[in-house]
Amino acid sequence: MIKKTAAQMSAALSSGEMTSVALTQSHLDRINEVDPKVKAFLHVDSENALAQAAKVDGERAAGKKLHPLAGIPLALKDVLAQEGVPTTAGSKILQGWKPPYDSTVVSKLKQAGVVILGKTNMDEFAMGSSTENSGYGPTFNPWDLSRTPGGSSGGSAAAVSAFEAPIAVGSDTGGSIRQPAALTGIVGVRPTYGAVSRYGLIAYSSSLDQAGPFGRTVLDTAMLHEVMAGHDPRDATSINAAVPKVVAAARSADVKGKKIGVIKQLQGSGYQTGVLARFNESLETLASLGAEIVEVDCPSFEFALAAYYLIAPSECSSNLARFDAMRYGLRTGDVDGASAESVMNATREAGFGREVKRRIILGTYALSSGYYDAYYGSAQKIRTLIIEDYKKAFTQADVLVSPTSPITAFKIGEKSEDPIAMYLADVATIPVNLAGICGMSLPAGLADEDGLPVGFQIMAPAMQDQRLYEVGGALEAALVSKWGGYLIDQVPALGGAK
Amino acid sequence: MSSLSRDDVAKLAALARIEMTEEELVNLASQFGSILDAVARVQELDLEGVKATSHPQPIENIFREDQVQSSLTPEQALSGAPAQEDQRFRVPQILGEAE
Repeated sequence: MIKKTAAQMSAALSSGEMTSVALTQSHLDRINEVDPKVKAFLHVDSENALAQAAKVDGERAAGKKLHPLAGIPLALKDVLAQEGVPTTAGSKILQGWKPPYDSTVVSKLKQAGVVILGKTNMDEFAMGSSTENSGYGPTFNPWDLSRTPGGSSGGSAAAVSAFEAPIAVGSDTGGSIRQPAALTGIVGVRPTYGAVSRYGLIAYSSSLDQAGPFGRTVLDTAMLHEVMAGHDPRDATSINAAVPKVVAAARSADVKGKKIGVIKQLQGSGYQTGVLARFNESLETLASLGAEIVEVDCPSFEFALAAYYLIAPSECSSNLARFDAMRYGLRTGDVDGASAESVMNATREAGFGREVKRRIILGTYALSSGYYDAYYGSAQKIRTLIIEDYKKAFTQADVLVSPTSPITAFKIGEKSEDPIAMYLADVATIPVNLAGICGMSLPAGLADEDGLPVGFQIMAPAMQDQRLYEVGGALEAALVSKWGGYLIDQVPALGGAK
Repeated sequence: MSSLSRDDVAKLAALARIEMTEEELVNLASQFGSILDAVARVQELDLEGVKATSHPQPIENIFREDQVQSSLTPEQALSGAPAQEDQRFRVPQILGEAE
């Protein structure tokens, strides 16, 4: 039952073939069985999940018209506030905090009747590409437990690829949905900036952050995307426009006559042989389906990583000032006579991990007078050039493509002592965030040299998210028929899957 | 090759209100050179006349009617407080004794 797609589960629920309580229980059993090895979850909320499932079953029995995802279990990245449920963003500074309100994404999930199984592990405050920066220990890649699942949404990606949940929510500031999707052999989408409300999404870098869906198929991902997206008056950057018809696009899955632009700067040196081999095969597949492949030039992309690692730390140094030990979260050093400032200093020292401190200090430096123009100011100008590169490229192609990650899943500990090597994991995903457009990663096969999943990235202009699903859906259908099944069917069993 | 001394990092940490250990200060100072070299690539291009982008979308002020709306109760707002007293956040001393 847990191996089905969310769309199949939805059909089985509406036909009465199974109940949401049974479906939810089998996922909770699976979590009990494999999560001690995978460690995707920080908090499993069995009681609320089963109660929600029972409620949906009752409504269905009473003949109420339900959303297609009603009663379907989901894993939620711990960066989103859920009322009364521990929410930490992977940080010790928020250990034990229970938000008094729901984020808009959670409200929408609840409205649709989705069953939230629990909160998933992540790099602290979404800063990282491996989930090793979590204050609560790493998550392990279901394809090879000695490797990372990528990050920062590594817990959500691992939960979906280990069949602990059919769908999951992540957030993507520099690639944090697409890169872990690539490394775990599933589908992940970063919607257009402003398409999904950031209300209740714990902020890392506000001009780049965006929540989005994970699924094992393009259609499942689209179904979740449509639930999450939409205008929200509580987020001033939320786009007031109709949600792109992504479910219909995933079903149409048509690339005939579409122009696919291959970005010259996002391939070649630094990209693993097996990654490039699977990427090129996917291009051939798209061409065989009637798409036209063209090459596009985006010269400023070479500077995207440098610009990102100034902009994101600068914004985070400001955003994380809210963790001041006064209103919520950790407070240490509050002894008799201690000043507010010394309590703040001691709390932030104790509550923040190494990478978070590194980025706060880097951002503080980049924004300090005397360095502002040279660092943050220049980075903002590079951002303009990247937007212009995309604009020009999108006059030559309907969508742009690249490998999602230059490498497959790396070993736990391999890059954790070398921040620059870790930052390079996001080299192909970051330009999308800087430009505020949308991107998808979907499985392109396994690399020959290590047998690990490779991700194929598709990018589309702002609010043209449906193009990702048209092209992604077509490529997926062709690859699945070639492989004789979904790539995720080849993931190791992890101990007696039912 | 850029670099930052242990004292530079200590000053930044004080500005960011993080009381770092000696070991952290030394480690961060030793890593900062390579990080600054990587990000300093933004200075390689001639950016004369290029406009800065602070945000991916054009943003305008959004106004609404000044109407009373439901919000958190005092109990909800204080539910995560490290310390509270009389429906208020209780914080450590902010001003010195003499002030």
